[in-house]
Amino acid sequence: MTTQLQNDFSTMKPNRPWRPTPRKMAEDFLVIAIAAVLSPVIVQFTGLAGISGNVLTFFVLSLVGSIGISYSRQGRKAVGNAVATSLIYSSFALVMLPLASILYTVISRGYQSLRINTFTQDMSLTQPEAAFDQGGALHAILGTLILVAIASAISVPLGILTGLYLTEIKGRAENLIRFLVQAMSGVPSIVAGLFIYSVIIIGSGGHYSGFAGALALSILMLPTVARTAEEVLKLIPNDLREAGVALGATQWRTVVMVVVPAARSGIITAIILGVARVAGETAPLLLTILGNNTTHFNPFDAPMSALPLYTFNLFRTGLNTAISRAWTGALVLMFIVLVLFIFARLGSGKKK
Amino acid sequence: MDILKLKGSGQAQTTSEDKVAKPEISSLASVAADRSESKGDFVPRRPGAGLEAKGVHAWFGKHHVLANVSLNFPSGTVTALIGPSGCGKSTFLRTLNRMHEFIPGAGMAGEVLLDGTDIYKSGTDVTKIRLKVGMVFQKPNPFPSMTIGENVLSGIKLAQLKVSNKDDLLEECLQRAGLWNEVKDRLSAHGGSLSGGQQQRLCIARALAVKPEVLLMDEPCSALDPGSTLRIEETIRQLTESVIVVIVTHNMQQAARVSDFTGFFLSDGGPGQLVEVASTKEIFSRPKDERTEAYVTGRFG
Ligand SMILES: Nc1ncnc2c1ncn2[C@@H]1O[C@H](COP(=O)(O)OP(=O)(O)OP(=O)(O)O)[C@@H](O)[C@H]1O
Ligand SMILES: [Mg+2]
Repeated sequence: MTTQLQNDFSTMKPNRPWRPTPRKMAEDFLVIAIAAVLSPVIVQFTGLAGISGNVLTFFVLSLVGSIGISYSRQGRKAVGNAVATSLIYSSFALVMLPLASILYTVISRGYQSLRINTFTQDMSLTQPEAAFDQGGALHAILGTLILVAIASAISVPLGILTGLYLTEIKGRAENLIRFLVQAMSGVPSIVAGLFIYSVIIIGSGGHYSGFAGALALSILMLPTVARTAEEVLKLIPNDLREAGVALGATQWRTVVMVVVPAARSGIITAIILGVARVAGETAPLLLTILGNNTTHFNPFDAPMSALPLYTFNLFRTGLNTAISRAWTGALVLMFIVLVLFIFARLGSGKKK
Repeated sequence: MDILKLKGSGQAQTTSEDKVAKPEISSLASVAADRSESKGDFVPRRPGAGLEAKGVHAWFGKHHVLANVSLNFPSGTVTALIGPSGCGKSTFLRTLNRMHEFIPGAGMAGEVLLDGTDIYKSGTDVTKIRLKVGMVFQKPNPFPSMTIGENVLSGIKLAQLKVSNKDDLLEECLQRAGLWNEVKDRLSAHGGSLSGGQQQRLCIARALAVKPEVLLMDEPCSALDPGSTLRIEETIRQLTESVIVVIVTHNMQQAARVSDFTGFFLSDGGPGQLVEVASTKEIFSRPKDERTEAYVTGRFG
């Protein structure tokens, strides 16, 4: 006998019974709202004052409220959960606060002198105190892009290969190299700049160049990329390496075709962290690329500019218009880093 | 498909396994006997060819886990390795294609002869050995970054082999692994999107695609349903035309159904050893060692 299975389930819709009910959500919201309304009142009538007093009162009130409500729902066991949840949300808010405030400050200040010509002109013919529709950061934008590109071209392959050496080859120098990479990640950025200054710039007779700056940045970028790459490669299960090798592949082909693709999104993260580490560096650039007001493509022959340095130099003038331009430089730098990250993430998105 | 129907064979399989919770020696022996008769008197197809382990020992660090195993796998045969958990079956299997050395601290002694040449001889190209001696692991391990189709053909790419028609090979291997019908419409989905048992069959298809001379299977069916298990066993029998199969299994029925020879491993606290090897029929009807008899009848282990 065969049973005909029913196959028409078009009337069924997926439910999510694990989601909180509207009633529960309303109760939770009510607790927060009451805490938000009560805390300024309490602050009024007690010794607490200011924003931090408000925040603290709000935190205590909402904690008490959520403990009470989860106790009434599920008894004592739920209280621990409620406390942990409150703490996590509050820590999240605490971390978001400075981040949002930085973003707000940079955008609101940098926006003032942001014009089309920020991206199309340099400062070669413009004094910092000129009107905002004259001059721009083109030279610094190009400088940052060129520097980051060269530094990445050096550090990304070296860093990934170092990660591969530490996880795949596990050669004799494994511990030594791990130690060196660790030590390198502790090198202050000014020291990297001084090193390149003394070795390359003095060595070449006081010849500042974008390339020297990129070398200094790559010293800072390498340990970040190498360590992150090592960490993500370590997460790839050994089963996969065994499966590749058992199919008759050399270790090298297994690494290239199986291990690295499996770690792809993590390796992209390693690159992003490396770029983030160096894109905003100012100190080593002071000693290596010096700064410049003209748009300059060749990284080998003359001083260059970069957005952090542009920002720093304009701030130093103390003029109001120059400081406004400096904020715009900071804003453009943040924007460039953001765009780079988005591209990297899109590139690492799972292929179909 | 509107109607879900179990294949006749699959159904028979389920019921017979349900009834015989602990296999009785007589029923297993008769299964084994059928199998041997179908093979007739065994004559190796290529005299001198085959795989042979001679006095193999294995260590993990200082831990001696396998001692003095000598076993012959003539071409055209299936050998089942049975024994309690932890007695060194997987370790032995891995010494046969030099995967054992992949574990840090591993050591071995003895010889493994493939077509008369020791695979551990210095100067041997180990990738060629592993290409000839394929392996299906105890845990399914499809490549997560590849699609189902790419997974099956990954060995071709990894070992840089040439094939004339990839689509045919793909279909043939998936058919043999009993997976074709389930995945033929989603060959470009990711390997990780399959169920555990489907992943294991994908790994079997992947191992078949490089056409190994020897196929080592470490409990390949431990996560499979009876229907797929039967399909894999059929494949193993077809393979014996050209391939030597060594299969580790905890399923006595399977050993009886599929193998020509059976080896029984045991460890009594010390390193695991080969207690007895004989034709499968003998192991299941009149084993020489009483520990073998106790094990195959389910009285211990
Ligand atoms: N990677 C390893 N490192 C150290 N010891 C190991 C390792 N793998 C296995 N062993 C030890 O070697 C012995 C044999 O293990 P092995 O995996 O070969 O057993 P098995 O017969 O395959 O068991 P099972 O039937 O459970 O798969 C065990 O005592 C085990 O603890
Ligand atoms: Mg095992």
